[in-house]
Amino acid sequence: MTRRPPLVLLLPAAVGVAFLLVPLLGMLLRTPWDRLGELLSAPLVGQALRLSLLCASLATLVCLLLGVPLAWLLARTRVPGRGVLRALVTVPMVLPPVVGGVALLYVLGRRGLVGQYLDAWFGVSLPFTTAGVVVAEAFVAMPFLVVSVEGALRGADPRYEEAAATLGASRWTVFRRVTLPSVLPGVVAGAVLCWARALGEFGATITFAGNFPGRTATMPLSVYLALETDPDAAIVLSVLLLVVSVALLAALRERWITA
Amino acid sequence: MRTRPRLRVLSALSATALALTGCAPSDAPAPAESGSAATPLGEITVFAAASLNETFTRLGEEFEAANPGSKVTFNFGGSSGLAQQLGQGAPADLFASAAPANMKQVTDTGLVTDTPTTFVRNRLQIAVPKGNPGRITGLADFGEDDLKIALCAEQVPCGAASKKVFEAAAVTPKADTLEQDVKAVLTKVRLGEVDAALVYRTDVQAAGAEVEGITFAEADEAVNDYPIAVLAKAPNAAGGRAFQEYVLSESGKKVLSAAGFDAP
Repeated sequence: MTRRPPLVLLLPAAVGVAFLLVPLLGMLLRTPWDRLGELLSAPLVGQALRLSLLCASLATLVCLLLGVPLAWLLARTRVPGRGVLRALVTVPMVLPPVVGGVALLYVLGRRGLVGQYLDAWFGVSLPFTTAGVVVAEAFVAMPFLVVSVEGALRGADPRYEEAAATLGASRWTVFRRVTLPSVLPGVVAGAVLCWARALGEFGATITFAGNFPGRTATMPLSVYLALETDPDAAIVLSVLLLVVSVALLAALRERWITA
Repeated sequence: MRTRPRLRVLSALSATALALTGCAPSDAPAPAESGSAATPLGEITVFAAASLNETFTRLGEEFEAANPGSKVTFNFGGSSGLAQQLGQGAPADLFASAAPANMKQVTDTGLVTDTPTTFVRNRLQIAVPKGNPGRITGLADFGEDDLKIALCAEQVPCGAASKKVFEAAAVTPKADTLEQDVKAVLTKVRLGEVDAALVYRTDVQAAGAEVEGITFAEADEAVNDYPIAVLAKAPNAAGGRAFQEYVLSESGKKVLSAAGFDAP
């Protein structure tokens, strides 16, 4: 039996829902449905969407490869200054993305701290490349993955790991066969969040990777520029991005994240 | 009790600030509209193109000093964005656009009833990082594949102007990035991430020693007019008009031309 929630909670909650959803609904109301086909079939839209999906997925992959071990380090070991480390790795989550982009530019740019050697030794320059977009997105999105996975690891019972170790499994085997499967829902939830954040990334991308159609112009960048000349096109692009993200989040939520 | 010393410091500071600003107008020639100081002009809201940031901020300070009781507040941004904000009912007294097209957007919807006045012109210049590492000499270098090039996107005024000069020079630029505004382009030059870019002459000047400017003949093909106009629904039309007069006055012209703007 469900009890009727108290009005003091219900009212602000309802306002909260309205506050978050009405702007999105408003955008749908302003959508020029009659121009939808024409605007969506513009070659630049397909290009931007493909690039967005590709870069967000690659960024998520990077985050998984680096973020899961990092989360494990934070949750399972006693490295000195762990609390500080945990706070630091989540900084990109609250940092204005433009600031992240500036930081990346100063470090990985052609004249940057590290970037100048990448350029001189390997001829690699990340700004203005698709790889640069992936780097910018991963930088902004990784904390979301780390936080989710770390939470899942803390919730998991360490006794299974201990049992596996007593039975002679190596530490890597324990991680691979026991730890990872037990926190898999947390990893997937983190990856989905990470992917969604990467897909919507704007500030760090435009600052670090620039904007060039087919190479670095992702959907959010295209929306911003479209707003300068054709607000209708900007709305259509936004709706498309919204639909793609909501559909994926909803599909994955059903499967992996139980309410 | 504990706030008292702080208050004293504050009041000392504000007294110094007042004294300093009070001194400022003595340098500038006495503006014509100082007579209107009898009726305080109050809050004046000015929407101005991002490229006017440095000059208008300075003019605003001078204007406030010359007109006690006035307070000029700026909303700087891309002209098209500002025009859209005005179209959505943003309250403003004065609009200074970096392009006639964005002013037309505002006049067409009846938000401006006066005829806008062109108060400055701006032209493009090639911007290169200090020392010119890419050895850029002219527009033809923008067609080189192995140089890093930043341009404004065609959707924004500096990008439209860039397109015109490249057409005039018959050069197909090999851009690596198309930025959303001219300041973003300038940043890429400042940081040395690109070898060359096209920005306004005023931007090169504002960047100081970090950036070198190279003039080119085709810049004449895309001279950009800056119109200014008082808005029809201005909450403070008198204030807006007074600041517009100040921008158009001799002292206004001096500040603008020192920043690299051409006279209309």
